[in-house]
Amino acid sequence: MKITRRHFVAAAASAAVLRPPRARAQAEWSQTLAQARGKPVFFNAWGGDERTNAFIEWTATRLRAEFGIELRHVRLRDTAEAVQRVIAEKAAGRDAGGAVDLVWINGPNFVAMKERGLLFGPFAQALPNFRYVDTVGKPSTIVDFTVPVEGYAAPWRMAQIVYVYDAARLANPPRSIPALRDWALANPGRTTHPAVRNFLGATFLKQALFELVVDPAVLQREAATVYEATVAPLWRWYDALRPALWRQGRQFPDSGPAQRQLLNDGEIDLMVSFNPAEAAVSIANELLPRTARVYTMAAGSIGNTSFVAIPYNAANRAAAMVASDFLMGAEAQARMSDPRQLGNPSVLDIAKLPDEARRFFAAIPPIAGMPTQAELGRVLPEPHPSWMTRIAADWERRYTG
Amino acid sequence: MALGVVPYLTLALFLGPVAAGLVFTLLPAFGYLPALGATQIGAHVFARLFDQPGLTGSVALTLGTGFAASLLSLGIAVGFCAAAHGRPIFRSAERLLAPLLATPHAAIALGFAFLIAPSGWLVRFVSPELTGWTRPPDFASVGDAAGISLVLGLVLKEVPYLLLMAVAAHGQIAATATMATARTLGYSPFAAWFKAILPQLYPQIRLPIYAVLAFSLSTVDVALILGPSNPPPLAVLAVRWANDPLLDLFLPAMAAASLQLLLVGGGIGLWRLGEAAVARVARPWLADGARGAALERTAPVARAALIAIAAINAVCIAAMALWSVAAAWRFPHALPERWSFDNWTRAAGRLAEPAATTLSVAAAATAAALVLVCLCLENEQRRQRAAGPSALWALYLPLLVPQISFLLGAQSLLVRLGWDGTWGALVWFHLLFVLPYVFLVLADPWRALDPRYAKLAACLGAAPWRVFFTVRLPLLLRPILVAAAVGFAVSVGLYLPTVLGGGGRLTSLATEAVSLASGGDRRIVGVYAFLQAMLPLLAYGLALAVPALLFRHRRGLR
Repeated sequence: MKITRRHFVAAAASAAVLRPPRARAQAEWSQTLAQARGKPVFFNAWGGDERTNAFIEWTATRLRAEFGIELRHVRLRDTAEAVQRVIAEKAAGRDAGGAVDLVWINGPNFVAMKERGLLFGPFAQALPNFRYVDTVGKPSTIVDFTVPVEGYAAPWRMAQIVYVYDAARLANPPRSIPALRDWALANPGRTTHPAVRNFLGATFLKQALFELVVDPAVLQREAATVYEATVAPLWRWYDALRPALWRQGRQFPDSGPAQRQLLNDGEIDLMVSFNPAEAAVSIANELLPRTARVYTMAAGSIGNTSFVAIPYNAANRAAAMVASDFLMGAEAQARMSDPRQLGNPSVLDIAKLPDEARRFFAAIPPIAGMPTQAELGRVLPEPHPSWMTRIAADWERRYTG
Repeated sequence: MALGVVPYLTLALFLGPVAAGLVFTLLPAFGYLPALGATQIGAHVFARLFDQPGLTGSVALTLGTGFAASLLSLGIAVGFCAAAHGRPIFRSAERLLAPLLATPHAAIALGFAFLIAPSGWLVRFVSPELTGWTRPPDFASVGDAAGISLVLGLVLKEVPYLLLMAVAAHGQIAATATMATARTLGYSPFAAWFKAILPQLYPQIRLPIYAVLAFSLSTVDVALILGPSNPPPLAVLAVRWANDPLLDLFLPAMAAASLQLLLVGGGIGLWRLGEAAVARVARPWLADGARGAALERTAPVARAALIAIAAINAVCIAAMALWSVAAAWRFPHALPERWSFDNWTRAAGRLAEPAATTLSVAAAATAAALVLVCLCLENEQRRQRAAGPSALWALYLPLLVPQISFLLGAQSLLVRLGWDGTWGALVWFHLLFVLPYVFLVLADPWRALDPRYAKLAACLGAAPWRVFFTVRLPLLLRPILVAAAVGFAVSVGLYLPTVLGGGGRLTSLATEAVSLASGGDRRIVGVYAFLQAMLPLLAYGLALAVPALLFRHRRGLR
């Protein structure tokens, strides 16, 4: 009898029952790899950033070569489109064979899907590369916006709030939230933030809230009854700032990259970003002048983690798991943290990595415009998602039309 | 016989999705969507809709921009006809306009946004030398709250469309003879056209005008690029809410899509009343016998307006073409500082799939539309009976009903059937919008073909199908190819039907260009927009070149 791969995997799987947990996990994983081969993965990810798109494209070529997986990037205008699609499928009773295999997600979208039981899992701990994730030094890899991830999503990308400016036009950028308001009043129309329905726009307000609130600890709990009193100083600050924003605070760029275009066009001098490498990467890609730099507020800045999650009805679950693991692996993480690519800090604890994996990181050269970890300063935790949701709704109500 | 079934099949293919889509939009709007646990039927979803921040502003903006764009477009189109009728430019208008009409809305809007932005091309040409601006000024020339840039962007695309329809309609109303009579009576050309031609012409272009009004009131892609965002027009709000992370905004989104239907229906009704009012007010003027020599002075303005629109369209595409080969191009440089083909090589890998989808869907939808339309017209010919006005209205239905109002519902139906995101479903969605245009372009030449050719062939013993294939189709090859090019261009430009019919799995150049527009790299947007603009032009080129080549020995058919 010819022994096929399937026989082999089945034998390995049955043998696994008798083995210690580590070996069983290995056998299960090789079964997952076998199931994944030849399958597509419809990766639903926001498509508004060309560099991320290029990174995903590279991931697709690597997955094809290494695992025989066809990763297809479904470019979204908004992550909620994917959430919507899964909801629509659940509503239509399609509990298997869903259109979304993998989704780039965090914050309120993640909570919405997790609470509604729309996610497959827990699966993250079963991925071989998860053991290298820096869950201690980077707690946001297992707690997303105060909500425990519990293995329903796999971390792949770190983000931290920075402010980007053109050093040629702005010598001393404001280092605190009140100073930002004063600077804007003195230089009207020279800064803005993305619309608050965009996560970066909401984060701009959350970052301000952190400095303006009396006791930041309340932000780690659900907003509930303390909300109004807590955000009152935020709105006072914003009411003063808004008329001094670009377009008198009546129009806002749609997203972070749209805002970067304004900085590149010279329409604004200062902007918020979620990527510490924003200046370095944009200079390398000629999307910002060579004099662009980043800095953080003296009191610290909010950081969080981007995840990938698998919908409960995903058609290609095994392939999606292999893709998640690859994104978490040293090769992809090193490429992601390379300022010539994305420049996001890695989710891994590089010290934990085996030597042959660490060489991927050693190959990254230093580059202009890239801040050191020390320059980035203190990382503040994301507030509970209810704050973001309510602030965004309030902003919409207060400042629309 | 089987041929007689084709018109009914066409209507079913056509009206089915529109009707079903409307039902599946209206039911959730009235609170019925058991899948989301909503079973209480009533108007409470609309109550929630009206509670949403910015809704009143959004409705006002929708109506304001929709009517302004339609009135302005109609004014320019009609003004040009009056000012140019009988001149060489009028006869060449069709050739001049076809390529303008072919370029997709999104590509033009993207180019236009760059043209008029405070840091855009126009300002760059005069800065800092004339203006003293070393930094772009802070004024809202794109996405202004009143929607002026949105109106102008729509006008750029709508004038060529209305004008083509008007030029074609001249053939149906003995315009040349009427003009000659009026001119002999001493009317100035401009006044003669307004007094003698327009009252006859208007009913001929009424449906296209309504289609323009419906489109202006419910556009999504142009509004995303050029319109204000805070609040945006209602159709954009509906799309935004349908995608909102707070998933409970799905029902208000459906209510907004239903309200959109009401706005368009009401808008068309209001326009109809306006027509009657204008007719009543203008009647004394039409009959007062004034020869209108003074009016003549405005004629050059009308001609200049059209030339300006054609030029701006061309400049918009040129801007995108330049961006696609720019390495760095910052304010206030009027031309790229450095050039590079990297944008194309970098985009090539990601371009292949949307480009293939765009091409294959456009080709399939156009082919299906051509077959259906040819058979419908053949059927009409054999029965010696032209389709009545009600058939024409049915044909226009997908162009009159706002896309968002039935496509959201049709999409949830597709999901239910498990057909969402399939190539076939996408072709079907496209067919809804391609078929009317193919029919409109092809019907007149088909009906105008001298019936004696067919009779002669029949006398020589050819069976009806042989006449169809060996006489009628070759004689009509040129208009058939032009109709195909128009259908192809329409398909390439479709945004919302592709977003909703493609279910996110299938993307086209249109959806990619619009989604990249929210990103920060104009160079890549330039690649997509330029390619999207070139495909329809290639199709037009082929439509003209193929008959010229095939019939190089048949002068009458070229």
